[in-house]
Amino acid sequence: MAQGTIVIDQDRCKGCELCTTVCPQGVIAMDMMALNAKGYHPAVLQDPQHHCTGCAICAVICPDVCITVYREIPQPRKNKLEEVTSHGA
Amino acid sequence: MTIDIIPIEHMQVVYDRPEALACNHTHYCPGCTHSIAHRLVAEAIDELGLREQTILVAPVGCSVFAYNYFTVDGCEAAHGRAPAMATGIKRVSPDKTVITYQGDGDLASIGIAEIIHAAARGEKITTIFVNNAIYGMTGGQMAPTTLPNQKTTSSPSGRDIASTGAPLKISELLAQIDGAVYVVRRSLHDVKHIRQAKKAILTALKVQQAGLGFGLVELLSTCPTNWGMTPVDAMHWVETAMMPYFPLGDYKIADSVHKLG
Repeated sequence: MAQGTIVIDQDRCKGCELCTTVCPQGVIAMDMMALNAKGYHPAVLQDPQHHCTGCAICAVICPDVCITVYREIPQPRKNKLEEVTSHGA
Repeated sequence: MTIDIIPIEHMQVVYDRPEALACNHTHYCPGCTHSIAHRLVAEAIDELGLREQTILVAPVGCSVFAYNYFTVDGCEAAHGRAPAMATGIKRVSPDKTVITYQGDGDLASIGIAEIIHAAARGEKITTIFVNNAIYGMTGGQMAPTTLPNQKTTSSPSGRDIASTGAPLKISELLAQIDGAVYVVRRSLHDVKHIRQAKKAILTALKVQQAGLGFGLVELLSTCPTNWGMTPVDAMHWVETAMMPYFPLGDYKIADSVHKLG
């Protein structure tokens, strides 16, 4: 499966927990040790095993648009990009 | 098994804030689906390339500051009068895309006359109707869309339909009107339904671009604060309590809309 990751803008997070309930890999949790500027416990990515696939389901349900989703570039396209770069050089 | 870890710099962004959505922090409560509805509208505007030619008419209600949350032109209507204001804007500037964003207190109560007559005249505007079965901004009073026996601050024993009538089903009501060409109800309670809602909003904007007539997308939404629930429970309540009373579906899709493809 594709590798991915997310970046959570914790200052925007209102701690609604909806992202934690929809993540298919179960790698989002609430950071109960932290408080953000709004006074909420923000969501945090806990993914030491790199299970996140960049499916973006968390970002679709996040009401506060806190989550930016990254995913690895699909292989064929990556090869093409390398070709273009090497020809360019 | 070891895997090669790809650094984030070598990945592509697959989901980010739409350009039509401003960077302002919203004032909505945690878990409120207004912000999801905002994002879907912004994504649809971006996908159709309409950001520079859209005018958003904000209502009175929780979404009263909607014009602050979009990077499109906007204005604020008197309570319930968003369709009347949108009518004027669209008739003066027919090349603009005019969207009204209204809640159930605004559209189904004080603004019921305006929305019905805007639909009857077949005004070429798009209405996003956010139905959360309660008055949110004023503190959780009973709305025309409050479910039978639902407890609110003005119906503490539950809505008594013998004295207050049954909840208004706006999509079914407006679908009877000839001028309305696209009337659908969607829900925002899970990812699958959020994606379906996005498609409906895209279609509604295309209907306006093609000048076919009045379009409305009703979105079943949550109000965790006034329902007295956690955001997660509120999403579940939409599915188990609201959806049986307000069935999702396409209530009016005129032949001209089918031809759009």
